[in-house]
Amino acid sequence: MEPFKQHKGIAAPLNRSNVDTDQIIPKQFLKRIERTGFGEFVFLHWRFDDNGNLRDDFVLNQPKYENATVLLAGDNFGCGSSREHAPWALEDFGFKVIIAPDFADIFYNNSLKNGILLIKMNEEQVQQWMKKAEQGLTLDINLEKQEITDADGNVVSFDIPAYHKEKLLNGWDDIALTLLEEDKIRAFEEKRA
Amino acid sequence: MGKALTVFEKIWNKHVVKEEEGKPALLYIDQHLIHEVTSPQAFEGLRLNGRKVRRPDLTFATMDHNVPTINRENIKDEISKKQMEALKKNCADFGVKLADMYHPDQGIVHVIGPQLGLTQPGKTIVCGDSHTSTHGAFGALAFGIGTSEVEHVLATQTIWQDKPKTLNVKVDGELGLGVTAKDLILAIIAKFGVRFGTGYVMEYTGDAIRKLTMEERMTICNMSIEAGARAGLISPDETTVEFLRGREMVPKGEAFDALAEEWLALATDEGAEYDHTVTIYADEIEPQVTWGTNPGMGVPVSASTPTIKEAEHPEEVERALSYMGLKENQPITSIEIDHVFIGSCTNSRLSDLKRASKIVEGKKVKEGVKAIVVPGSFLVKQQAEEIGLDKIFIDAGFEWRNSGCSMCLGMNDDIVPSGGRCASTSNRNFEGRQGNGARTHLVSPEMAAAAAIEGHFVDVRQYAGVPS
Ligand code: SF4
Repeated sequence: MEPFKQHKGIAAPLNRSNVDTDQIIPKQFLKRIERTGFGEFVFLHWRFDDNGNLRDDFVLNQPKYENATVLLAGDNFGCGSSREHAPWALEDFGFKVIIAPDFADIFYNNSLKNGILLIKMNEEQVQQWMKKAEQGLTLDINLEKQEITDADGNVVSFDIPAYHKEKLLNGWDDIALTLLEEDKIRAFEEKRA
Repeated sequence: MGKALTVFEKIWNKHVVKEEEGKPALLYIDQHLIHEVTSPQAFEGLRLNGRKVRRPDLTFATMDHNVPTINRENIKDEISKKQMEALKKNCADFGVKLADMYHPDQGIVHVIGPQLGLTQPGKTIVCGDSHTSTHGAFGALAFGIGTSEVEHVLATQTIWQDKPKTLNVKVDGELGLGVTAKDLILAIIAKFGVRFGTGYVMEYTGDAIRKLTMEERMTICNMSIEAGARAGLISPDETTVEFLRGREMVPKGEAFDALAEEWLALATDEGAEYDHTVTIYADEIEPQVTWGTNPGMGVPVSASTPTIKEAEHPEEVERALSYMGLKENQPITSIEIDHVFIGSCTNSRLSDLKRASKIVEGKKVKEGVKAIVVPGSFLVKQQAEEIGLDKIFIDAGFEWRNSGCSMCLGMNDDIVPSGGRCASTSNRNFEGRQGNGARTHLVSPEMAAAAAIEGHFVDVRQYAGVPS
């Protein structure tokens, strides 16, 4: 996994709560056996109409968000199925950071494992950024300092569990880390046998 | 005596391999269940890194999500076929036991685990599927994981977990006639919302829960994830022990008795404390129907769809009603359906099918309604056929299919067309879940069966044939 230290990018607002993983990546794409190539299908039925044309009523289709890499989302983002295809698709589409009042548990874990930074931020702040994003908002996210800076120089700090931060900063592979605990795992197995 | 503990704490404590203040704990996993959709990339990861499956003996695989429920021999969808072939090859290469499409143990992963007795009290169980919470009905700590975590468990037989908080969902009283476990869990989610369980393991307690059969308990725990919970749990009791006695993967004779005693000792101690408790009265619950696009958007069958401006989040209600093609204040019983799906890991077990069959026996599915029954496993199908349920359904005009996830998520050909409206016994009514543009109403098997006959929702309690 690539280390994540800092990211600066255009923010796009998706002001809906309880966005579920079926919306993020519809099931017909879960048949693939690869990890890549899911980006073009992200939010498929919101982005495209039944004839495959871009829908102009979906916020992320607006040209100003074309290069957005920071997603501002509603509460309980990523609820529903455990499919990791959801973070794969979001990442493949170009999102590096997702900011929301809260995330569903499994989605949170899945995203971190793929190097996407998820930031829990109070609803008021998220709403404020969503409004600003309509006029154009660039956020500079510094994981080391746990700070988000906007173009006017306003700084907002955020919380993240220390071990998640450490892993992201270093780009550590979870399995490799766990295998360092081999003695303990073996001891556990022996004790129970 | 030590501190009074909850069933969750007892299981947790027994599985900690490593724990440090302020960090997730490393938990040992007793049972890893695998299916074709969330595993291929995990096995690929193992190959790329030259890793093995640490404990193939604690791993069990099946095919359920995209197996066809008719014409299995001739899978037209090349990508589906490839995915199933990948699972077959992965299991063969890594020494994992597989119940493939033709195997007598095949079925929805959350139906076959309990059926085989792989699911047992006190175990930690994971699967790359969010409804793994189903297995919590046995007093097992069971939760869904993503593909990276599947790979992690395959390689290490452990998982890093933040210790969840505990939530006691206390259900007092008793469910009325025609009111099922499905109605209870839908009512709980409607009342407390789709995220009240986030960060918690929910334990269902109270008189009403104790009276439930194992299959009913599975329906309840299955939908814990729809309330956002990490897992759902019910303390083991005699009902649990009797369900498991004699199952293929549980020990026999004296070994079983010893094990049963250990299981019973896992039940939450008198006086144990939870981080949070909510109470609900079973007697007050009516049959439920969801009207919207998440499982919390549900009401009793006697009610109507909500009034937009009175809702807490009017825009959400408006968007959901619009997707569902419904008006505000519309009586639930006036909603006409054109599809009925009886199946899924929530409601596809033998008792579900039996109860639904009582409703349809001797009647006919309303013209214009396409109704299908998809048993949860090969064995459920066989047992149902032995007692003639297939005939009852077929005579009434239902299609009787082979086991799998089917129309619950529509990964195979079983989909609801755009604009179609389905009374479904599954667990998710998300936009597009059963097919692009499909509209899903979650209900119990009885309610689905009655809707199939009448062509619209009816209060099953006033309906002939309600099983007592
Ligand atoms: S039946 Fe539905 S919810 Fe259950 S495992 Fe299959 S797809 Fe998932």
